[in-house]
Amino acid sequence: MNLAIDIALWAIVVALGLTLFLRDQPMFSDALRFGRREFFALLPRIAIGMIGSGFIAEILPKELIPTLLGPGSGVPGLLFATIAGALTPGGPVVGFAIATAALKSGAGAPHIIAYTIAWALFALPRVITFEIAAMPARVVWLRVAVSLPLPFLAAWAAMLTGRP
Amino acid sequence: MTPARRPRRAFDWSAAVIATLAISSAVYVLIRDGQARFLSILTDDVLLVGTMLPKVLAGSLIGAFVTLLLPRETIVKWVGAESGIGGILVATFAGAILPGGPFTIYPVAGSFLAAGADVGAACAFVISWTLIGYTRAIVWELPFFGLDFVTWRILYSLPLPILSGLLARYAWRFFRPAAP
Repeated sequence: MNLAIDIALWAIVVALGLTLFLRDQPMFSDALRFGRREFFALLPRIAIGMIGSGFIAEILPKELIPTLLGPGSGVPGLLFATIAGALTPGGPVVGFAIATAALKSGAGAPHIIAYTIAWALFALPRVITFEIAAMPARVVWLRVAVSLPLPFLAAWAAMLTGRP
Repeated sequence: MTPARRPRRAFDWSAAVIATLAISSAVYVLIRDGQARFLSILTDDVLLVGTMLPKVLAGSLIGAFVTLLLPRETIVKWVGAESGIGGILVATFAGAILPGGPFTIYPVAGSFLAAGADVGAACAFVISWTLIGYTRAIVWELPFFGLDFVTWRILYSLPLPILSGLLARYAWRFFRPAAP
């Protein structure tokens, strides 16, 4: 599956690159140069962030999370889920792994929805290392600010419908 | 026309914070759990970086190509400040279908911003990728949670990028730099 995504991505790269190449060759080599510069600027951060997140996840007190996220924990539980999600390091699996463990130990589904959405939106180590590297900082903080209500809205919808 | 230049440094205070946090955690794990555990985490993470690199490079190139291929007027018309709710919807849709990870999406969003996209649209784009992007859901979320949970989670998320995009457009006046 990972390979399929790489293929899809690179198919887009080739299609766009070819179009640009046929239209304007000097512009194509400009684009290659800019793309390469962007890549090398992001590289050290990605290496630090991803290698670091494994170690940060390892020292998190994971066993505390399920007890704090039970279905009876109500709004404080949701708030805790959101904060915990925001503090969980990026990395593709860390948040999902913790959330599954919590779900298995009896956490409420709305809480886990809030947790995974908060983690996806805010994982602060990722925001600080990658998002700020690639986008203007003001826009990133605006993006974070307008995302604040989202974990609660999704959890609320889940509570209303009683699914999953 | 060249892609708009944004000043950037590969290593700054934010990277330093994460580096400090990462190194202290690594040392702590090494002392607490021993060398074997330390090396196993390190190997896993280095392999993970390896699988991400092609995506990062692809994202950087897509950002550079797209901004050169699409005339600035087109970007402004579709997702610029005057694009209305249509621009937010286009950005939400684009965010949901673009494959790849955050390392793809952030450079693409950054290039679009530099090329004249509206901040509301950029926020909707990033949030849409984050919450309803299918590649992340299929590759990472599905194996952990199963179809039922993921389907509901995504259903609840569908309106959220649009909502946040509109909110961002409104709130930008409090965030943008003061006019010189």
